[in-house]
Amino acid sequence: MVGVQSISSPAITADERSHEVDHPSSQVAQFGAEQPLRLDCGVDLSPFQIAYQTYGVLNADRSNAILICHALTGDQHVANVHPVTGKPGWWETLVGPGRPLDPSEYFIICSNVIGGCMGSTGPASINPATGKVWGLDFPVITIPDMVRAQAMLIDRLGIDTLFAVVGGSMGGMQVLQWTAAYPSRVFSALAIACSTRHSAQNIAFHELGRQAVMADPDWHHGGYADRGIHPHRGLAVARMAAHITYLSDAALHRKFGRRMQDRELPTFSFDADFQVESYLRYQGSSFVERFDANSYLYLTRAMDYFDIAGDHGGVLAKAFTGIQTRFCVVSFTSDWLFPTSESRALVHALNASSARVSFAEIETDRGHDAFLLDVPEFLDISRAFLQSAGKARGLTAKNA
Amino acid sequence: MSVQEALPLGGVAAGQPDQFRADHVLVAEMVKPGSKVLDVGCGEGDLLQLLETRGVDGRGIELSREGVNRCVAKGLAVVQGDADTDLVNYPDDAFDYVILSQTLQATRQPKVVLENLLRIGRRAIVSFPNFGFWKMRLQLLIGGHMPRTENLPASWYDTANIHFCTIKDFVELCDAIDVKMERAEALDLYGRPLRLRMPWWVWNLFGEQGVFLLTRGGRK
Repeated sequence: MVGVQSISSPAITADERSHEVDHPSSQVAQFGAEQPLRLDCGVDLSPFQIAYQTYGVLNADRSNAILICHALTGDQHVANVHPVTGKPGWWETLVGPGRPLDPSEYFIICSNVIGGCMGSTGPASINPATGKVWGLDFPVITIPDMVRAQAMLIDRLGIDTLFAVVGGSMGGMQVLQWTAAYPSRVFSALAIACSTRHSAQNIAFHELGRQAVMADPDWHHGGYADRGIHPHRGLAVARMAAHITYLSDAALHRKFGRRMQDRELPTFSFDADFQVESYLRYQGSSFVERFDANSYLYLTRAMDYFDIAGDHGGVLAKAFTGIQTRFCVVSFTSDWLFPTSESRALVHALNASSARVSFAEIETDRGHDAFLLDVPEFLDISRAFLQSAGKARGLTAKNA
Repeated sequence: MSVQEALPLGGVAAGQPDQFRADHVLVAEMVKPGSKVLDVGCGEGDLLQLLETRGVDGRGIELSREGVNRCVAKGLAVVQGDADTDLVNYPDDAFDYVILSQTLQATRQPKVVLENLLRIGRRAIVSFPNFGFWKMRLQLLIGGHMPRTENLPASWYDTANIHFCTIKDFVELCDAIDVKMERAEALDLYGRPLRLRMPWWVWNLFGEQGVFLLTRGGRK
């Protein structure tokens, strides 16, 4: 990724990625005509499939299942090598042997969200009605739709009550939606760096990203798949803009400052003179290798529409009335995408519902991305919360 | 360790040397096992941990981020919040008891806080350092400076305690806002209750701190 002139073309071919779309290297739950997915937009999606990974063993009581909900650009490969990129799982700081979510203790499930296109049905899948890729004919999906599909998967796995639902960012939105929609099926909820509604600023950033994708001539109004191309330039720009929002001024300054990339003096050109430029271009081009452009449009849209209070007469506390779920809410001081004030509003609503809630703000300069990184205080709190909930659930903790 | 061993009826501190603070043991003794409790200003969660050994469903609010994070890391249900501004978010009758331990004197509006405690909780337990304690009086009278004690070591310019009161002051406030005292205890310098029934003025002089179990009055 040294001194690139512009955003480089993907190193991984579209074939490798598109193979994962309908034939993933994960377990798949198929739902036929008799089990359509009722979408908020009014469409019954059928047939559809959900791809998922599991770690650990479900105990005899079926009481140790944890569902992990992934963020916007995540997928089900939470703690295993990614089949397309070959990189480690995206949440190996939290999930794995000796980690707070230890597969020797819990049965851990992570599914690709509906619309996610890493094996779960989405705009890159084949529309069985036409035999062609869905593209923009795919119905618009919402966070509640994602959760409804996950609930169908959990039913299929024979699990009634999840011991915990865990997620950050868009994953945290799904956690909150789980508790609002299926309170009795969620024993404990760990909602990290998220909000009960997407803010105007965040919608604005998403619109910027979508417009970048749509402005790419290779996008073809979403019909690029039929032409065997991918709007990787537009998607890379979208990713670059979004990536800035995941970091913080302090983190960028610490990592790059004004340092030059493999040169002493400015070139007086638009080459990537600065390390931060080179880094962003790399982030953009590596992202397009593994992510479908239309899927990015659909998932960002789902986040934009998210507003739990709006679904409950504008009163957030009504979403959680009488809830027995144990909550842990975590925010990070330098996260300006989902700032602490958003978590605090959630905590106030949970207090008003007399819910059992823990809320910790972690001091870090690593921005929104902190939830994916090795931040010991966050990991300690996650571990303690789950152990305390496990005690209440009657689970025997091995690494307590 | 059984609850009975932990909470002998007399001489509370004896037999429980360092594990739990004496005033915490006294407060815990006032809480019926199995009830739902909010600890306002819960610090590092020591009282909540003690209450959990009694099967209490305990929640906490704490102002300092470090305190909150330590509590959460102990698995306690604690949120970051301010007694002055965040109690309004809780609905009426949400708890059996709301505890304000050694925090009243640090609030901006003690009267409003006290009213909120008894709105959220059917009962409130309030403990605070007694500014009428003889050592305090002596320091002001003889020393001519703002009192400092083992339990309140901060100087006037860096203390968080902005609303000190005496036991007598507190009794008068409770009367003024129609709060009934179900139980009152004064503790000596070592956190031991002055068990004898004595007139208020004696407690006000010899009690280093006061602990009160409060309920709503019936005047209104």
